[in-house]
Amino acid sequence: MTDADRIRLAGRADFEAIAAWVREDATVLDLGCGDGLLLRYLTQARRARGYGVEIVDERVIACVRNGVNVIQTDLERGLSDFDAASFDYVILSQTLQAVRHTEQILMDMLRVGREVIVTFPNFGHWRGRLQIAFGGHMPVFGSLPYQWYDTPNVHLFTIRDFDRFCADRGIGVLERVVLSDGEPVRFMPNLFGSLAVYRLQKRRLLGKL
Amino acid sequence: LNAPVDTPAAPRSVGAVTPSRMSFDAPLKLKSGASVARYELMYETYGTLNAAKSNAVLVPHALNASHHVAGYYADDPRNVGWWDNMIGPGKPLDTERFFVVGVNNLGGCFGSTGPSSTDPETGRPYGSRFPVVTVEDWVNAQARLADRLGIQRFAAVMGGSLGAMQALQWAISYPDRVGHALVIAAAPKLSAQNIAFNEVARQAITTDPDFHGGDYYAHGVVPRRGLRLARMIGHITYLSDDAMMEKFGRSLRAADIGYHFDIDFEVESYLRYQGDKFSTYFDANTYLLITRALDYFDPARDYGDDLAAALSRALAKFLVVSFTSDWRFSPARSREIVKALLDNRLDVSYAEIDAPHGHDAFLMDDPRYFELVRACFENVARAMA
Repeated sequence: MTDADRIRLAGRADFEAIAAWVREDATVLDLGCGDGLLLRYLTQARRARGYGVEIVDERVIACVRNGVNVIQTDLERGLSDFDAASFDYVILSQTLQAVRHTEQILMDMLRVGREVIVTFPNFGHWRGRLQIAFGGHMPVFGSLPYQWYDTPNVHLFTIRDFDRFCADRGIGVLERVVLSDGEPVRFMPNLFGSLAVYRLQKRRLLGKL
Repeated sequence: LNAPVDTPAAPRSVGAVTPSRMSFDAPLKLKSGASVARYELMYETYGTLNAAKSNAVLVPHALNASHHVAGYYADDPRNVGWWDNMIGPGKPLDTERFFVVGVNNLGGCFGSTGPSSTDPETGRPYGSRFPVVTVEDWVNAQARLADRLGIQRFAAVMGGSLGAMQALQWAISYPDRVGHALVIAAAPKLSAQNIAFNEVARQAITTDPDFHGGDYYAHGVVPRRGLRLARMIGHITYLSDDAMMEKFGRSLRAADIGYHFDIDFEVESYLRYQGDKFSTYFDANTYLLITRALDYFDPARDYGDDLAAALSRALAKFLVVSFTSDWRFSPARSREIVKALLDNRLDVSYAEIDAPHGHDAFLMDDPRYFELVRACFENVARAMA
């Protein structure tokens, strides 16, 4: 079984979308890297030079076992140990909704990375809307599998919310892919997409492109 | 992804071990400009060096320790190696897989040439004439030992505290001779406070009337009071406030306080016991030398105080580990090392173990810490294969 197979098995369709964007030989900082699966994939598929950031002991140990570079630190403490523009990409996959200091972390990522890739579950998916509107309960489906009482998610938002956030903060959206069951969604993505993948940059640099 | 290896056999001791001695006749030039004409190093090895000689791991010692890293002596079974919990068959550094080398550093007092050894030129102990040695000098001496053992390249160099500084120095001095460097509870250089503690320890020794300018051997005495104090102050810095409180609290030896200056509190008793014990086996001049080597350790100094520049030569893969309650070499000091390695885009992983014991945590059993080291050595083994 290849790592690509395992990624599909792990249900991380966003990993392939991310890998498609990452240039060969790029330097990557993966925040909340888990056991290092994405970094290993990027190392193999893109010859990336990567480092993960993780807080949970067991995951740090798993990274070390997997031969993935990992720095144990609390994301919520910020990225002050990392210099500005010191990585080609800073990645945060399916974690933005689970951090407390969302805005601060995103801004810090844009400082450290020349580009930022974030992925998040879309709270605006029709299933969620139906469940709230007609079921009268908090949405529970594919990319948002948790009950209200056991969810690690503290900030739930939609694709539209995130677009507005980026526009208000002067964050340039370089590219966006919205997925549903691993397939791209082009028609009404905020309604039919369950997982959003964004490539971002500080607007100030965008002018040069 | 790699699953944990099959459950290894239950960890056990390497068993009875025998130290060896290696003599070196070529002069060793020291960083200070002085040189040592001839010297001997005591060392121990555990496990078997493979045919390719690719499975050797060097474990340099910290301030108070020696070449006796693991196992015990047949004639003294209670004399167990200082990192026996970490090293042995089935242990995180598995001697079924790796050939582990422990060495008593130059200037030491456990059989390697040091201030208490006889100077062949005078027929008397070196004493005050023994030159100041540095971490770089130790590493150079260790490299010669490796040459003689036929080890061109260490699969890993692993150390804690001052031992970690040697691991770091190995990666700088001999980049192509180190596969992995495990840098545990380290600092890239001492802080003013660290040096201050060392200076108090040295003053305790050198102001002891029995010190005789370092040539106490001729007088048939040792500066025991000074050594005791040095050990006591050192010991305080190895433990966290919480660990001390947990271990001793304000417990009294007697039923009530005695309104005197003799021992009232358990912690006083403990420190005196540690000091007394230490002063019976450790050489005062060696203590001076080793604390000075700590003070002088600063690989960035030769590179315009730029640690990243100092480490730019390194090729090793690094594992840096710190302990949250270590105030002697706090996690922030380890992060300085990590930052410099990151700046060079070297392979580095960093773990911050939430442990209550203070600096001494690097010697303690801790499941997460041990699992981490075990995981690292699985990778070392893979890189070797």
